[in-house]
Amino acid sequence: MTDTVIGIENVRFAWARGPEVLDIPAFSLARGERVFLKGPSGSGKSTLLGLIAGVLAPQAGTIRVLDQDMGALSAAKRDKLRADHVGVIFQMFNLVPYLSVTGNVLLPLRFSSARRKAAGADAEGEARRLLARLGLTDEALLSRRVSDLSVGQQQRVAAARALIGAPDLIIADEPTSALDADARDRFISLLSEEVERSGASLLFVSHDASLAPLFTRAVDLSAINRAGVTA
Amino acid sequence: MIALLSLAWRSLLNRKGSVILTILAVALSVALFLGVEKARNGARDGFGNTISGTDLIVGAPTGSVNLLLYTVFRMGNATAEISWPTYQQIAARKDVAWTVPISLGDNHLGYRVMGTTTDYFEHYKFGGGKPLEIADGEIFDDLFDAVIGAEVARDLGYTVGTPLVLTHGLGSAGFEAAHDNRPFRVVGILKPTGTPVDRSVHVSLEAITAIHVGWESGARNPLADTISEEMIRSFNLTPRTVTAVFVGLERKGTILTTRRAINTNKGEPLMAIIPGEALAELWSVTAVAERALLAVSAFVIAVGLVSILTSILTSLNERRREMSILRATGARPHHIFLLLVLEAGLVGFIGAILGIVLVYVILGALAPMLQAQYGVAFGTGLPGRVDLTVLGAVSGASLLIGAVPAIAAMRRSLADGLSVRL
Repeated sequence: MTDTVIGIENVRFAWARGPEVLDIPAFSLARGERVFLKGPSGSGKSTLLGLIAGVLAPQAGTIRVLDQDMGALSAAKRDKLRADHVGVIFQMFNLVPYLSVTGNVLLPLRFSSARRKAAGADAEGEARRLLARLGLTDEALLSRRVSDLSVGQQQRVAAARALIGAPDLIIADEPTSALDADARDRFISLLSEEVERSGASLLFVSHDASLAPLFTRAVDLSAINRAGVTA
Repeated sequence: MIALLSLAWRSLLNRKGSVILTILAVALSVALFLGVEKARNGARDGFGNTISGTDLIVGAPTGSVNLLLYTVFRMGNATAEISWPTYQQIAARKDVAWTVPISLGDNHLGYRVMGTTTDYFEHYKFGGGKPLEIADGEIFDDLFDAVIGAEVARDLGYTVGTPLVLTHGLGSAGFEAAHDNRPFRVVGILKPTGTPVDRSVHVSLEAITAIHVGWESGARNPLADTISEEMIRSFNLTPRTVTAVFVGLERKGTILTTRRAINTNKGEPLMAIIPGEALAELWSVTAVAERALLAVSAFVIAVGLVSILTSILTSLNERRREMSILRATGARPHHIFLLLVLEAGLVGFIGAILGIVLVYVILGALAPMLQAQYGVAFGTGLPGRVDLTVLGAVSGASLLIGAVPAIAAMRRSLADGLSVRL
């Protein structure tokens, strides 16, 4: 296995009957890197993440994730790759409303035997350990309905869920845009710590350029994307 | 699969309100269907249990169902009678073990009066061989004695010793038609049987003849009241006709030849029926209506199933976000499909279970009333094959119908990818 977690070459993508939103000649993310990808909303960031996560397929070019050519894989194989190796954090509303806090954290283990194995026999304990590392230790809090949690708490639950079972790549799509400055910085440092500890790589997408110094590398999407998207 | 089942369960709990309504719709439709089915079987069993031990019923030629209905179920009227000598011929046949002649045509406050012999209480059996039993008093002995069924006693508040007046014909009122010059006395009350016997007043054949002295024209002769009771008792009260005869055979094996012999009787035309066979004929008539009822209630179940479809389809929009979260955390499209199919299946399954419970609770509560009012006995034992079949069919159909929203959600989650914004 090489050290390239994401490798993109000449990828082009357009939504059905829409203009081209992505045309990226090259982009790569190495193992252990924590990359900040800056892009205003509507710049195609979420589309790019969809491509990397394998829920979308590009019209041209190759996307390699963990040395697998996503274009060559069937949709089912791409789904399996994501389930086993990728953790995703959304901007907000990350949690399944009818599951408990730990139920949400354990969710990826329901769909991936690889991550179930990696999480160990005591998956519940692993979930609590991750939540504790992310600053969620209050037992009363863990038994509450997830919709009763604050946005900051919800995002940390989502981070624990993305991290459980030691995936190789964490994709975070504007996870801090709903947080205030203090909560945002704390969230990023906790996330970075845990990503580093688990040896994963992080692709962190945001429109907020001020966050860039918190990562090992920063990339501007508009600099690597040739498609003329104006947003 | 187990993991998805628990997800489906939690998802349903999360939408309790609408899910409970849907479950209720399914439960009510299942309860209706099973109720109809049980009423149908109850009615059949009730009818089937009304007479046993009687091999043949002989009457004047009419429809076999008609003969059965008026002799056993006290429904409808005899069109003709058979003469006493003909009755005696039947009774004298070598292959006949016993006979019970009956005479119908009068009533007491709407309850039919049956003239018969004391042999009736010995030979008439119901519910698969149970004999009639006296709860209070004794079998009639005197000319003006009457033995009444349990329901007559209960509804009219009669006890042993209560006097009663019979009414000519089968209409209830008609004061001018009352045999009020010949009052009877209750001497015995039968135990409840759940059959039309409970709604009957039994007197001797001679009594029927006696009260019609002076009524030979069909209406009261003005001179009838001048005939005293002593004079009547001195008359030869052997009936001239009887309505029908219950026949028991020496050997069951001769039933078909005996019936043929009676049906082809040289003298007076007669008709002999086998009760079970006439019942089967009756069922073939009512089967059409039963099927229509069952079809209607099956359609009601279909409506219940459609309500599952509607509730899940309408929930899909607000669950788009949930689907993309599931996809992002590793759910494959077939997981999404199974989740929704299982939700539909669970709703159907729970609804059907609730429906079965409902029908047993309702029937359990209403059974005594239905038994008393309509003589329909509902089996309130353990759920049987029909209940399990309905449970299986409704659950299966729910799973199947769940495929519709499941496919919609699966397609949409594929198109949405990970990027649904609320």
